[in-house]
Amino acid sequence: MSGGKRIGEPILEIRSISLSFGGVRALAEVSLEIRAHEVLAIIGPNGAGKTSMLNVINGFYHPQEGTITFKGRARRQMRPHEAAAQGIARTFQNVALFRGMTTLDNIMTGRLLKMRRNFLWQALHWGPALTEELEHRAFVEHIIDFLEIEAIRKTPVGQLPYGLQKRVELGRALAMEPELLLLDEPMAGMNVEEKEDMSRFILDVNDEFGTTIALIEHDMGVVMDISDRVVVLDYGCKIADGTPDDVRADAAVIDAYLGVAHDA
Amino acid sequence: MEFLDFLQALFVTPFTMMWQNPEFLLEVVIGGLLTGVMYSLVALGFVLIYKASGVFNFAQGTMVLFAALTFVGLLEHGVPVWATFILTVLVMILLAFIIERLVLRPLVNQEPIILFMATIGLSYLLDGFGEIAWGGDVHALDIGIPKEPLVFGGVLVNEFDLCAAAICGVLVTALAVFFQKTSIGRALRAVADDHQAALSVGIPLKTIWVIVWSVAGIVGLVAGILWGSNLGVQFSLSLVALKALPVLILGGLTSVPGAIVGGLIVGSGEKVAEVFWGPATGGAIEDWFAYALALVFLLFRPQGLFGERIIERV
Amino acid sequence: MLYRETGQFKTSYVADQAIFPIRQDRYLAAAALVLAYVAVPILGTEYWLLTIMIPFLVFTLAAIGLNILTGYAGQLSLGTGGFMAVGAFATYKITTSFPGLNIVVVFVLAGIITALVGVMFGWPSLRIKGFYLAVATLASQFFLIWMFNKFPWFNNYTASGVISAPPRAVFGHFFVTGAEANPVNKYLFVLTVVVVMAFIAKNLVRGRVGRSWMAMRDMDIAAEIIGIRPLQTKLLAFAISSFYCGISGAMWAFIYTGGVEALAFDIDRSFQILFMIIIGGLGSILGSFLGAAFIVLLPIWLENVPRLLGVNIPVNYISNTQSMVFGALIVFFLIVEPRGLARLWQIGKEKLRMWPFPY
Repeated sequence: MSGGKRIGEPILEIRSISLSFGGVRALAEVSLEIRAHEVLAIIGPNGAGKTSMLNVINGFYHPQEGTITFKGRARRQMRPHEAAAQGIARTFQNVALFRGMTTLDNIMTGRLLKMRRNFLWQALHWGPALTEELEHRAFVEHIIDFLEIEAIRKTPVGQLPYGLQKRVELGRALAMEPELLLLDEPMAGMNVEEKEDMSRFILDVNDEFGTTIALIEHDMGVVMDISDRVVVLDYGCKIADGTPDDVRADAAVIDAYLGVAHDA
Repeated sequence: MEFLDFLQALFVTPFTMMWQNPEFLLEVVIGGLLTGVMYSLVALGFVLIYKASGVFNFAQGTMVLFAALTFVGLLEHGVPVWATFILTVLVMILLAFIIERLVLRPLVNQEPIILFMATIGLSYLLDGFGEIAWGGDVHALDIGIPKEPLVFGGVLVNEFDLCAAAICGVLVTALAVFFQKTSIGRALRAVADDHQAALSVGIPLKTIWVIVWSVAGIVGLVAGILWGSNLGVQFSLSLVALKALPVLILGGLTSVPGAIVGGLIVGSGEKVAEVFWGPATGGAIEDWFAYALALVFLLFRPQGLFGERIIERV
Repeated sequence: MLYRETGQFKTSYVADQAIFPIRQDRYLAAAALVLAYVAVPILGTEYWLLTIMIPFLVFTLAAIGLNILTGYAGQLSLGTGGFMAVGAFATYKITTSFPGLNIVVVFVLAGIITALVGVMFGWPSLRIKGFYLAVATLASQFFLIWMFNKFPWFNNYTASGVISAPPRAVFGHFFVTGAEANPVNKYLFVLTVVVVMAFIAKNLVRGRVGRSWMAMRDMDIAAEIIGIRPLQTKLLAFAISSFYCGISGAMWAFIYTGGVEALAFDIDRSFQILFMIIIGGLGSILGSFLGAAFIVLLPIWLENVPRLLGVNIPVNYISNTQSMVFGALIVFFLIVEPRGLARLWQIGKEKLRMWPFPY
C-alpha cells in the first residue's frame, strides 16, 4: 500500500459542481479534492456520474455551477487541450486510440505538446526537428519498455486485442508526463492476469513518477488494494469519501452499491 | 468612382429596387420558391437514401437524368404515357437491384467516404451509359402539364410551377404516410437509426436497401419529368442536380422536411440574388450563391436546419 | 529471395525512421530518380514528355496537396480545382506585373497566396465536418471559378479573354514557359519541383505535423484531449495543401497548357484529383504518385486497348465509354482495395519477401 509515500496538498479541488444535460442531472453539487501523489478511486453504480466527473475535470463537459481549482488556478470552463497543456491526461472507457496509426505513433502523439520545433525544420526533417524527434522517440521507447509492449510497436492499433489497446492508451497518457492522470475503467474487460499487470503499472507510475492518479473502477478488489482514498458517487451525489476501509464499512455505500453477503 | 458605384450597386440599389417594386419582388420570390420545389424533389431522393443506408448518394442527380432519359426515350418510341411511366419505374427498380448487388453489398462495411466515392463512380457510369443508350441531344418533354402564366393580384405566376408544387406536395405526403404508417416504413426508420440493431431484430437489410433505392429512383423520376418538362431533358440536368447538395446541407442530411424547406430557401434566395445583385457583378451569381448560403447557415447550425445533432460520446 | 530484409538491423532511431528503411527500397528509389533525370529526357519522345510525364508530375503535386488535406488530416475537400486556379491566376498577375522576377520566386509567391486563400476557406472546417464540409468546399470551388471568369482584372483586361503564359526562364536561357521553352527543360524543371516538394511533404507527414493531422483525422476529440489545438492543426493542413495545389495549378497553366483559363480548374478537375488520391491511396505520398499516373494513363489505355483488341468503338461513343469505364473502375477499385494502389504495392512487397516460397 502507500506506507512511506508522501501524499501532499490537494492539487485539484472541486467545489459544488453541478452538471445537467437537458433534464438529466448528472452531477449534483459534488465537492471533492485530489491530493498530490495519491491514488484516488471513484466508485459507484452505473449512471452515478463517474465518467461525467472525469469529463468535467478535463474540460470536456462544462458544469453549470461550481468551480474547479487545479494547481491553484480556479476555473469553470476549460477546453480539453488547455487541460492537457496544464498537465491532465486521461484514458477512456471505450478506448480512444487513433486507429489508423501504429502503437509507436499513438504514443508519440502524446508527446506532441512538448514538440515545439519550428515548422521549417520539420519540412527538412533535419537539424533541430530531427533531434527533437529522436529525443521524444527515446522517451516513448522508455514507456514502451515500462509497459512491456515492445513486440507490438509497429502494429496498427486497430488490430490489437482490447487489453493491449488499453495498455497502449495508458502509454499515450503517460507520454504526456501528466501531473494528474485520469483513468476511466482501466481494467474493464480484462482477466485476472491482465488486471494484475495493469494494477502493477498503475502503482509503478504512482511510485516512480509521483503522478497523481484518479481512477474509476468497478472491481472492488482492485480498488481496495491500490487506492489511498475512495470517493463514492450515487445518482450524481457524493455519498462517501475516505480510506478504503472506511468506505467499505459505510452504511450508505453498502446500501447503494456494495451490498452485503447473504448467508445461505 | 467605379468602386463607389460598385458599392452602391451592391448595398443600395437592390433594396431600393425591392422597395419600389414589391410585386416584382414577390414574383421573383415565388418563382424562386417554385424552382426550389424542384430542388427539393431531388434532395428528397438523397435524404431517403442517406437515412436508410447512410450513403451520401452523389449519383442522385445522375439517377434523375437517367430516369428522365429513359422516360423520354420510351415516349419518343411511341409508347403511351402511362405505360412509359410504369416501364420507367420498373427500370429504376432494376437499377436499384443492380446497385445493391454490385456496389452496396461488397462495400457494406467500408467507411462512408468510400461509399461516397463509389457513388461518384456510379454517377460517371450512369452518365456515360445514359448518353450511349439514349443519345446526347436535348429531348423535349411534354406530357401535358399546363404552362400558362397566371396572374394573381398583380403578381405573375406560372401554372407549371403551381403544378410542380402540387405534385411535390402529394409526393411528400405519400412518403410521409409510407414511412409512418406502414410496417416497411417502420423497418426503414429502424435501418436508418442503426443497421446492426435492425439486423438483429431480423430486418432484411438488403431488401430494405433495394426498396429505398427504388423509391429514391422513383422520386428521381418525378423530379426528372418535371425538370425535363421545364428545361428539356439534357445532360445539364445532372449538373442542376448538383444544386441539391446545398439544399441538403441547409436542411440537414437526414430530414425530409429539411429537404423541402431547404429547397425553398435555396430556390428563392438564388433567384433574388441573381435578379437584384446580378447586374452589379456581371451575373451568374446563381453558380455559387446556393453554396455560399448553405455555408453561412452551416456556420450557425453545423448539422443543418433540421438535421440531427451529432453527439459524440467518449 | 530478392527482397529480404534479414540482416538489415536498424541500430539507431534515425535509421528506423528513414523514408526508405529497407535497403532494396533505397536502391529502387535511387534507380527511379536516375531513370527520371537521365533516361527519360534522352529516350522520351516529345509526345511522352509533353503529354504524359509533365501532366503526370503536375497532377502528382496536386494529388499530394489534396492527400495532405483529405488523406492525412481527414478534411474532405472538393475545392481542389479552385485552389489550383488561384495559383495559376496569381502567377499570371504577379509575373505580368513584375516581369523581372524569377519564375521560381513567382511560383512560390503564388503558392503563398493560395495558402492564404486556403486558410480563409478552411475556417468553416472548425465547425463543419464530413460531407457537410465537402459541400461547403464546393462553395469555394464555384465561387473562385466564377470570380476568375467574371472580373477582367484577372486576365489583365485582354479583349479575347484568352491569356497565354509569357515566356520565362529559370536562369540564363533555361526557358520553362512560353514558346522558347523546349520540352526537356520543362520536364526537368517540373520534375525537380515535384521531387523536392514530395520530399518535404514526406518529412512533414512523418514528423509531429503529420501525426497531429492523423490524430485529428482518426478521432478529433481524443486529439484535443492530448493537447492538439484543432484550429491551428486544421488551418495548417489547409494552408499547406493549398500551397501545393496552387503551385500545381501554376505549373499546369504555365508549363503544361501554356494558357491560363478558369475552365481548366472546374469541378471536374476537383473530382479528378480526388479520384487520384482514392485510387492511389489516401494518406500516402507514394499513393499520390501512383494515382496520378493511373488517371493520366487511363484515357490513353482506353483509346488504344480497344483498337489493339480489334474492338471498334464509334467515335461519338468514345468519351461516353471512357466515362463508363472510368466509373466502373472507381467502383471496382473501391471494392477490391479501398486503400488504393499504395496498399497493393505494399502487399506486393510483402509477397516478394517470401518469393518464391509460398509461406
